[in-house]
Amino acid sequence: MDRPESIKKIVSLSLLIAVFLVFSVNPVWATNKPAPTPEANKAAIDLVQTHANYMWTLVAAALVFFMQAGFAMVEAGFTRAKNAINIMMKNMMDFSIGSLVFWAIGFGLMFGTTRNGFFGTSDFFLSGWDGPHGDQWILAFWMFQVVFAGTAATIVSGAMAERTKFTAYLIYSVFICGLIYPVFGSWAWGGLFNGGGWLEKLGFIDFAGSTVVHSVGAWCALAGAIILGPRTGKYSPKGEVRAIPGHNIPLAALGVFILWLGWFGFNPGSTTAADCSIAMIFVNTNQAAAAGALSAMILSWILFKKPEIGMTLNGALAGLVAITAGCANVTPTSAIIIGLIAGLLVVLSVLFIDHKLKIDDPVGAVSVHGVCGAWGTLAAGLFNIGGTTSKIVLTQLIGIGACFAWAFGTALILFKITDMIIGLRVSPEEELEGLDLAEHGGHAYNDFQVIN
Amino acid sequence: MKKIEIIIKPFKLDEVKEGLHQIGITGMTLTEVKGHGRQKGHKEVYRGAEYVVDFLPKIKLEIIVDAQNVDRAVETILQKARTGKIGDGKIFVLPVDEVVRVRTGERGREAI
Repeated sequence: MDRPESIKKIVSLSLLIAVFLVFSVNPVWATNKPAPTPEANKAAIDLVQTHANYMWTLVAAALVFFMQAGFAMVEAGFTRAKNAINIMMKNMMDFSIGSLVFWAIGFGLMFGTTRNGFFGTSDFFLSGWDGPHGDQWILAFWMFQVVFAGTAATIVSGAMAERTKFTAYLIYSVFICGLIYPVFGSWAWGGLFNGGGWLEKLGFIDFAGSTVVHSVGAWCALAGAIILGPRTGKYSPKGEVRAIPGHNIPLAALGVFILWLGWFGFNPGSTTAADCSIAMIFVNTNQAAAAGALSAMILSWILFKKPEIGMTLNGALAGLVAITAGCANVTPTSAIIIGLIAGLLVVLSVLFIDHKLKIDDPVGAVSVHGVCGAWGTLAAGLFNIGGTTSKIVLTQLIGIGACFAWAFGTALILFKITDMIIGLRVSPEEELEGLDLAEHGGHAYNDFQVIN
Repeated sequence: MKKIEIIIKPFKLDEVKEGLHQIGITGMTLTEVKGHGRQKGHKEVYRGAEYVVDFLPKIKLEIIVDAQNVDRAVETILQKARTGKIGDGKIFVLPVDEVVRVRTGERGREAI
C-alpha cells in the first residue's frame, strides 16, 4: 500500500471510532430518552424479569409439547407394526382435540374463578384475554397448561393400544381434556390463576403433577384397559401371560430419551418464572430418572437373568414421574432415593398387573404413571426439605385417593357408556388384521413385509 | 440341469457365496427366510413374560447347475456353511425342466 492510501485509511478509521465514542458515551445523543430515575430503572428491571418469565415458561411449554413425540415413539416401539398408524393417529388427535377442548372448556374449569373449590366457572374460550395490547400472561400460562393437559391425555393411548376403536378414543379425548383432567386440576392447582381448590387449601404438594397429570392419566388408562379386556392372544386359555413383543425397541428408547428431555421443561417450567430455583429442579429431575433406570435394570437382571430393555426404559420414566410432585421441595439426594424406589416399584407393578391382575397394559402406563405417580406424591411429603409431619403425609394420601376416586370413577363410567353406545373395542378380525388397515385403510411400513 | 436350494445361517452367506463363485457358479437368488429343523427354538424374555422363538432367521440361496456339477457344488456348500452346531441348515437338489434367459431368450444349458 502506498502512503496516500494508508493515510486515507487511518483517517477514516479514526473518524469512525470518534463518532462511535461520541454516541456511545453520551446517552443523550445515543438514545432519545430522558435521564433515568430509580423508579424508571426498577420498572425496567421488573420488565426484564417479566420477559424472562414469559421466555422460560414458553420454552418449557415447547419442551413439554415435544413429549407428545416421546409418548408416540414409546407406544409405537412397544406395540406391533400393524398398529403403528393407529398409534400415531391417537397421539396426534388426543393432543389436537385436547388443545381445542382445553381452550373451550378445560382451562376455565381448571383455572377459572370458583365458588366451591371444586371447579371453575370463568375463562372459557380464553375470554379472559384482553387482546394483543393488554396483559399477555394468560396466554403464556394457558400454553403451558395445555401441554400438561395433553400429557395426561396421551398416557391413556398406550394402555389401550392395539384394540381400541378410534372413534371411541376421540370421544374419550374430549372428556379427559374437557372434564376429567381439569376438574381434578382445579382442586390442586386452581389457585395458580383465578381459582382455588379444596385440595391445595389443605396444603397438598404436587409441584409439577405426579398426581394431577400422571395419575389422572394412569387411572383413566386403568379404567380403559379393564373395560377393553386384554389383546387377543395375550393370555393363554390357562391364563398364562404371553409376550407380545414390540416391533421397534430403538423407537421406544428414542421415545424415552425425548420424554426425559421434555421433562426438563415439565418440572422446572412449573415455576413459570425464570429464577434460580429451576436449577435444583433440573438436577432432581435428572437424578430421579437415572436412579429409576438403574434400579429397574438391576431388578430385571435379577428376576430375568438378563438386564431387560423394556423394564429399564420404564424405570427411567418411573423415576421421572415419581420426582414430578416433589421436584421443588426435596434435595437431589432424596431425588435419587425417590427414583431408585420408583424403578423397583415399576418392575414389580408391571409384573403384578400383567400376571396377577391379568390387565393387559402394553406399555406399562398404569405402572409408570399411576403407581409411581402415587409413590412420588407420597414421597414429596416424606422427603420434604422442611421436614415431614403426619399432617403433610395425610394430605398427600388424601390427594392420591381423591385422584383415584375421581379419575378412575369418571373414566370407568365414560368408557362403559361409550362401550354400550358405539362399542369400545374393535372386532376380533380387525384386531387380527391390524388397526392400520381396519381403521385407517393403510400400512405404516409400506415397503416392508410385516409378518406377525 | 438341477436346482440346488440351500438354507444356511445368515452370517455364512459371504463364505458360501465366495465358495460358489470360486467353482464357477455366478448366478444365484437370495431370500431371507425363517425356519427350524429338529432343533427347538430358544427362549426370550419381554417385559417379564417368557416366550419361545420357534422360527429363526436363515438365508435361502437358489442356484441352477449342470447335473454333473451338483456334487462339487454340494461339497463346496457343506465346507463353507458348516459350523458343527445345530441350525446349520439343509441342501435340497431338485430336477429342473427348463431354464430361459429373459434378455436373450436362450434356453437350456446356455441360459444357466
